[in-house]
Amino acid sequence: MTKDSRTNQITRSVAFSITDVLLMTKRNLLRYIRVRELLVFSTIQPVMFVLLFAFVFGGAITTPGVSYIDYLIPGVLIQAVVFGSNQTGVGLAEDLSKGMIDRFRSLPMARGAVLAGRTLSDTVRNVFVVVLMLGVGGLIGFRFQNGLPAAVGAIFIAVLFGMAFSWISAALGLFVKDVEAVQTAGFIWVFPIIFASSLYVPVETMPEPLRFFAQLNPITVAVDSVRGLALGGAFSPPIIPALIWGFGIIAVFMPLSIYRYLRISKESA
Amino acid sequence: MSGENLSEGISVRGVSKSFGSIIALDNVNLEVTKGTVTALLGPNGAGKTTLIRILTTLLFPDSGTAIVSGYDAVRDARRLRSIIGLAGQNAAVDENLTGRENLELVGRLYHISKSEAKARSNRLLSKFELTEFADRRVKTYSGGMRRRLDLAASLVGNPKILFLDEPTAGLDPRSRMALWSVIKELVKEGVTMLLTTQYLEEADHLADRMVILNRGKVIAEGTSDELKSRVGGSVLELRLGEPRELEQAVKAISGLTNGGIQSNSESGIITIPVVDGTSILVSAIRRLDEAGVKVSGIELRKPTLDEAFLSITGEGGGRAGLKEVV
Ligand SMILES: Nc1ncnc2c1ncn2[C@@H]1O[C@H](COP(=O)(O)OP(=O)(O)O)[C@@H](O)[C@H]1O
Ligand SMILES: [Mg+2]
Repeated sequence: MTKDSRTNQITRSVAFSITDVLLMTKRNLLRYIRVRELLVFSTIQPVMFVLLFAFVFGGAITTPGVSYIDYLIPGVLIQAVVFGSNQTGVGLAEDLSKGMIDRFRSLPMARGAVLAGRTLSDTVRNVFVVVLMLGVGGLIGFRFQNGLPAAVGAIFIAVLFGMAFSWISAALGLFVKDVEAVQTAGFIWVFPIIFASSLYVPVETMPEPLRFFAQLNPITVAVDSVRGLALGGAFSPPIIPALIWGFGIIAVFMPLSIYRYLRISKESA
Repeated sequence: MSGENLSEGISVRGVSKSFGSIIALDNVNLEVTKGTVTALLGPNGAGKTTLIRILTTLLFPDSGTAIVSGYDAVRDARRLRSIIGLAGQNAAVDENLTGRENLELVGRLYHISKSEAKARSNRLLSKFELTEFADRRVKTYSGGMRRRLDLAASLVGNPKILFLDEPTAGLDPRSRMALWSVIKELVKEGVTMLLTTQYLEEADHLADRMVILNRGKVIAEGTSDELKSRVGGSVLELRLGEPRELEQAVKAISGLTNGGIQSNSESGIITIPVVDGTSILVSAIRRLDEAGVKVSGIELRKPTLDEAFLSITGEGGGRAGLKEVV
């Protein structure tokens, strides 16, 4: 084989891989658009939380130096992407149980396209949800107070955490496989880390053992970063720890998911 | 190395596969000649799906080799995937897409051009009588329509080798006939096919050869005539005058053969696989007469495929999983 034709072949196969990932991404996004419950769950639900906390509990929570709504919105961005990421594992488990993964694996498509398309579409959905939440926040008075670059950084951290939790969910989906079990399992462990964090209330108000946990909690790290970037002032964002958590989670769970996905050939489906 | 010089069909040598302590395939050997149809028959749990999954690169065998059109199903999996089509045991179609979108997606994933994927999807939609529903979501499809769409999806890539795992399970008689004619057309076009079924009539109708699998082992193979003759000649069929004397009758003749006697209490018909037909016929009549059982009809005939199958899989063993075509 000449060097030229080999280069050609590699170019072709890279082009095909990109097409495969995009096709899978589109297919998954159509699911979000067409399955009404999913759209409702990933959009209305975080909006409800914003309204609930802003107007029902907000009055009872004192936040240092900023209005509760300014304090709340950065946290809700993280909550929306983290809860939403559970759909990655649910979607994979569904594709496994319905034989879609078998169908895809019997095709000459790029091996990684199923997982890449899944997490990519969930990231696109997360960007959409983040923008939506910022819109809702804007309507009730939330404003970025730290300039455009910092605002973009805040959105980046939120989307990065969504992606990180998507990979955790992907691994969960591929190990647990049962759609309902994935749904429940994915929610049960996320719920406490969402609430035992600085997301809704300052950790200083928590009792000692809980505060200790909340301070170590990666959700606190993520929320504090988004909040610091969005609001500036007294809030100093722990950007480096947030990036380490975000990329660290991906570095562990992406290979684990890929390994698990490729292992399916050696066992059952 | 493309392996062009190797067999263009399917060649399975010594393939075994276990799931924990369950031996799903036990040293299976199988050859399918290019351009022919082979039916893989066997009761539930025989290992048919496991073998199909190995041949379509979805599962790795524990040992042995599976070569499809010259490609090793483990080592050359990627290249193999571009020339095979698979319709698995359960319809694998995306509920949230329309029928057309499903076919076009699969087409694009075979890396054919957008326009070609569209053209082939259209052709297949009409071939499987789905044109009318092409732009509806699969969620609204009936089981039979999903099955047809799944089969259409297995053909989008113009496969050289097609694997169909129980393709007509759950289809109504009309759809089944339509599918049979599509399969025959594909065979004329030179497609090599391995299909599994629990319907003997289907295997007889579609396949050039049959391979019977039971508990992970190939227990018989050949054309339907070869399998029939394996039973050892003929079947003696006795029709009782009084069906309620059946038990008595079976008892009277039970010593004539070592097993294989089938009886039906409703029709009062008893069948016995026989080697030396005439002498058994005489002794059967004598014994029944001695037992006082009235016989209204008696016939010595060639076994049906159904009987051949029963005798091969062992009495009762295969019965539970096998179905008649309705
Ligand atoms: N993924 C799996 N895990 C465990 N056992 C399995 C798995 N797949 C198949 N088996 C077992 O292997 C045997 C053969 O199954 P299968 O190939 O599906 O049979 P068939 O398709 O002929 O009905 C059965 O006993 C079945 O229970
Ligand atoms: Mg099966």
